[in-house]
Order: sequence, then C-alpha cells, then structure tokens
Amino acid sequence: MVKRIITMTVNNRPGVLNRITGLFTKRHYNIESITVGHTEAEGISRMTFVVNVDDERIAEQITKQLNKQIDVLKVVDITDQAIIVRELALIKVAVTPATRGEIYTLIEPFRAAIVDVARDSLVVQVTGEPEKIDALIDLLKPYGLKEVARTGTTAFPRGSQRASSTNKSLFII
Amino acid sequence: MAANMKVKERVAKKQTLCGALMLIEALKAENVKVIFGYPGGAVLPIYDKLYESGVFHVLTRHEQGAIHAAEGYARISGKPGVVIATSGPGATNIVTGLTDAMMDSIPLVVFTGQVASSVIGSDAFQEADVLGITMPITKHSYQVRDIHELPKIIKEAFHIATTGRPGPVLIDIPKDMAVAEAEFDYEQDVQLPGYQPTTKPNHLQIRKLVEAVSQAKRPVILAGAGVLHANAHEQLKQYAEQQNIPVIHTLLGLGGFPADHPLFLGMAGMHGTYTANMALYECDLLINVGARFDDRVTGNLAHFAPKATVAHIDIDPAEIGKNVPTKIPIVGDAKEALIQLIEQNGKRPDVSEWLNKLNEWKREYPLMYKREPGVLKPQRLIEMIHEYTNGEAVVTTDVGQHQMWVAQYYKFKQPHRWVTSGGLGTMGFGLPAAIGAQLAQPEATVVSIVGDGGFQMTLQELSVIQELNLPIKIVIVNNQALGMVRQWQEIFYEKRYSHSLIPNQPDFVRLAEAYGMKAMRATTEEEAEYVLKEAFATNAPVLLDFHVCPGENVYPMVAPGKGLHEMVGVKW
Repeated sequence: MVKRIITMTVNNRPGVLNRITGLFTKRHYNIESITVGHTEAEGISRMTFVVNVDDERIAEQITKQLNKQIDVLKVVDITDQAIIVRELALIKVAVTPATRGEIYTLIEPFRAAIVDVARDSLVVQVTGEPEKIDALIDLLKPYGLKEVARTGTTAFPRGSQRASSTNKSLFII
Repeated sequence: MAANMKVKERVAKKQTLCGALMLIEALKAENVKVIFGYPGGAVLPIYDKLYESGVFHVLTRHEQGAIHAAEGYARISGKPGVVIATSGPGATNIVTGLTDAMMDSIPLVVFTGQVASSVIGSDAFQEADVLGITMPITKHSYQVRDIHELPKIIKEAFHIATTGRPGPVLIDIPKDMAVAEAEFDYEQDVQLPGYQPTTKPNHLQIRKLVEAVSQAKRPVILAGAGVLHANAHEQLKQYAEQQNIPVIHTLLGLGGFPADHPLFLGMAGMHGTYTANMALYECDLLINVGARFDDRVTGNLAHFAPKATVAHIDIDPAEIGKNVPTKIPIVGDAKEALIQLIEQNGKRPDVSEWLNKLNEWKREYPLMYKREPGVLKPQRLIEMIHEYTNGEAVVTTDVGQHQMWVAQYYKFKQPHRWVTSGGLGTMGFGLPAAIGAQLAQPEATVVSIVGDGGFQMTLQELSVIQELNLPIKIVIVNNQALGMVRQWQEIFYEKRYSHSLIPNQPDFVRLAEAYGMKAMRATTEEEAEYVLKEAFATNAPVLLDFHVCPGENVYPMVAPGKGLHEMVGVKW
C-alpha cells in the first residue's frame, strides 16, 4: 500500500463532496482522510485527500477520475513534491495533580498548547505532520486518553519547488 | 417558419418566463425534435405548458421505455435524447436507462420533477433523493434552486451531454421552480472551467504511433464506439487502407468499419471471431481507437495482447491505462487523431505475412453453426433478416444470446445502424430503443430483435409503436428460455437450469393482436422465409414470433477467466 496526498480545487456547489466521495466508493478507493475548506477565491473550495492505494496506476486513475468531474477545477497528486503537510489534533488526556506538571513538560518540544483545563483532564492542541501527532498521542497514551479528535491532513505545495521530496523529512516538526 | 421567427424574437427580447416555459424555449433553441416522457404530479406545471407548445412528446407506457427510446434516438440521430419523468417513482424508473447511457456514452438530457423546494427533505409524497441516487450514473447533474439559473443549467446540460465523452446529464426541477418566473436569456456562452475536454491529440504521441506502425510486423486496430461517436468511420477506413492494417471491432463499434471489407477480422471478445481474438493475442502493435478495453473484450487481462505495444486513442484520459498498460497514449477525438495519422502518411509496415496468416484463420475458422431440417436455427434467422434487409437496416437488441447472434451474423456495412445495450447489458432495451431509432430515421427499416425474456420486460411499449404506426419489425428469438443464463448453466453449472427455462410463454402473436398489431409465428426455416417476406412488405408494425431451436448455444466462446487464445467451440 502506498499513501498518496491529492489536493484539488472545486466549485463550492451543493453535492460536490457527495459526488467525489461517491466516486471513491464506486471505484473502491480507500480514503484515509478528507479536509475541505474555503480558498482565497470566492465560490472555490480546496479539498485534500489522503488515500491508500495498491500502486501508482491506481493513484493515476484516481486523479484522472476526479478530473472528469465537472465541478473539479484542478487535481494534483502532490505526494512527490516539496509540500507542507499539516494536521490539527485535540487530545483530552486524564490527569492527576501528580501528572499534570509532567504532561506540561512532555508536550513542550511538540509546541503543543493546553487549551482546556479541568480537575481531572487537560485538552492538548497540537498541529504538525501526522507522524508528529501520532508520536504525541503515543506519549500521552499511558496517562489515559479520554478523547481524540483529528482534523485529517491538509497540504500545500511549498512556494519554492527547488528541493525535491528528498528533503521532505526536514520538515517533519 | 412564422412560429420560429416568433420564438427568436421572444428569445432576443429576454422575456420573463416561468420555469416550464423556459424549459420549452430551451428545447426549441437546442433544436430538439422529439422528447420522451411520462407525466405525474411534480411535473404537472411542465406538462401544462407542453400542452400547446408544439413540442413533439412521445408518451411511453413506462419511464424506462422513455429513456431507452431516448437512447435509441440519440444513437441513430447523433443528437441528445431528451426525457421527462416525474419525481419519486418516475425518476427511479429511469435509473436503469441512465446507467445504460452512462456505460455506453450516450448523450441524454433528462428532466425529473421534484417535490416543491419547501418540502424537500421532509419525505414528502413522491419524494426521492434523485440527485443522490443518480450521482454515480450521470456525467453531471443539477437541482434547480434558483429560477434565474435554469437557462444556464439547461444550456450547460446540453453542452456537457454532447461534448467530450458523451453521457447522460440530469436536471432535477422542484415543482415551484416550474412556475417561478425570471428573465430567460439563452444566448449566454457556456463557461465551465472544470470541463475542457481535450480533442486535439498531442502531436508528439501521433509521431510516436506513426513510428511504431512503420516498424510493426503484426499490427491491428481495435475500433470501438468512440469511432462512431466521433463520426470517424470514413477516416478509420482511409487510415486502415493507407497503412494496410486489419481492423477488429468491439460489440458497440460494429458498423464503424464495413463487415465485408477484406481487412475486417470481425468482433473481438467473449463471442468474437477466432481470427479477431487470435489477432489480438498475436499482434505486436495494438492500436485501440475509442474502445475502453471492457472485460468482455479482453478476457483475462494477464493473457491480453501479451506481445503487443499498445497505443490507445481516447477522448477520455481516464480510459487510457485503466485496464491495459499503454505505451502510446493519445488523448483526443478519434476523428482528429485519425486525420492526423492519415496526414502523416507514415511508412507502410510490411504486413504481407501477417495478412496471410489472418486470411488463413478466416478461411479455416469462420463462424459456424449446423443447419438441421425442420428446425429454425437462430443464426440462420439472423442471416435471413440480413438478406431481407440487404444488411442496411437499423437493428436494436436486448442483451444475451440473440444479441450475440446479431453481432456475429448481421454483417453491418454502415455506421449508425446498430443499437444495443453493451456495457450494462440491459434486458428490455431493444423494443423501446427501436421507437427512438425509428423516430430519428423515419425512412429507415428498423428491426428490433429481442429475446422472449427481455421482450416481456418492456413489452408495454407495443402500444406506442402501434399508436404512432411506426413500421418497426419486432423479431422475437423465442427459445422459451433466458438463453444466455441457460447456456452458462449448461456449461458451468452442470446443466442445473435454475429458473432459466420458461416453457409456458404467452402467445405472443395474440398478445400483439391485442395491441392491434399484425403478428405472425414461424417454427421452421420455410415458415420464417414466408413471414419475413410478408413482414418486410408491410409498411406497418409487425411482430414476428420465431420459435427457434431451444438448446442452441453461442459459439465460439471465451470462458470467464480465460485468455482470448483459449476459445472453445471454434470447430465441430
């Protein structure tokens, strides 16, 4: 299985999301995550998909099938470009007076923030590449995870494409 | 003429019209000659305006009949078929036809009524989520939410349905939108930044193909329905003759290349000819023009064209490389690509050895069946129909054995004479499709060849044929069975004929007579000669019930999962 990140701009019309997710179902493609939101242009939204596919041929089919949709303006498989990949997660973790301080120290290198404090829990907000979020969740797991909400990946090509995918690892945190 | 002028004036003045009148004016502006439909609650405002609109509306007896008739019309006329159905059950009844049109790339513009905007989503009477239901089976779809948008939507719908790879477009019109009023401006240009089909092929790829052809020893062209949609039959012939490359057709491509041409090898696939299938297996260069490498054509992909460099010309880039790895992809209109190839006038490959081999196969392994005295063989029946119509009739079919026999034995010489349900394989398609085909070409001889199973799925449309006095010849290839199911059960399920034999069919002759239609029956070749002669001399609809040899199978055959070279039933 290969993970591909596909971003596209679409007309913000009723049913567009339905058409696109329907297409994934019909063609048996597995979606790992979708994010949708407005762009700088009125009436145009950006969607970012993370999909798991068996091979490059299927990845190519996905972009071609998406391109056929009338309301899809542009589709790019940006996996192999220099990109910024971000996800936001809210993590509600159980705390006791003894562990509270520990958690504050633990999240610091992740540049995460505490956005809610209760007597027996904290809500941690973290943004970054999905791997970074995985890592933080792993670290917090022993304290007891009460709830986790992740937005899914959104991504963007960098302004400068000089560097190829080889330096992608530099941008992880 | 005067009426026409009036319309033009009105349009120019950008008159304020209600939604129903906008629809009618738009149809006139699109030069729509006939629409197929069925009224109901949600479309009453539209039907009220249709009443004295002068638009020719055919009332079929079921919405499925309407959409298949529109498909037949589109296939033969090359223009989009137009359908109106009401909300809820009216709309769900056209789902099969939409899917059929989507699979076979048939341009349709379909209007469905919808409950009023104010009650959408409340499970109102005759409400169905038609947009949701039809999304995967339409090229595009709209629901009218603002009456000001309706002219633009209809204009876009016709544009999308008929350009690029054609397909069905649906417009869902809530009842209140049909009566709401706004300015009608149909002169605006279509602006769809997300829809820009590539028609001009890439010159570099064309050059690559020319080079590949010049080096080829065993080239072959596989031509699909894309050739017919692009009206590229002349260019196909010219190119094949210029380069001396043999041509194979897919089921839907038949007629694109004359069947009596020495370079023609027949149809490919599950029931294709030995020569066509072996040519695909042995070729070193395969040029696909407007075919989508359907599984019924390729057989087991692992054994498909194993020795070939594959070039694929298609208007839909998503079809290229979908099933078969392709070395030379050419995205574009088949006609433009073929014109460029002809203009290149590349070096003719040396194919004499290859053609000798192919001709030897043609002689050695022709299509064959055994004639028996006193029995009417279905293959013989198709040959007789071919003789009586000089191979020039418009022929419609359903799906199954009779369809394969027509594909094999009705040697289409001309394009746009063949109307069949290919991709979806829809029983009940042939009879209503013939209505549309006949209306598209009133002068043509139209023969609807159907099975006794499929006929009973849409036979209510006999009523329309009789009412409009369409001189269609309806041929029932009656084997008292769901023949193809029976054949597969015989071969793959140890002759366990589970629910495929129907020995007690109704008396189709008396059935047709109940509709007021002339009808005859034949059970032998001699009787068949007689009734065909009589039917083709009649300028009125005639139903012919042919009791053919019930156990006859379609051969040759590539069993599912097998490669094209593993055909069975090639020789006795």
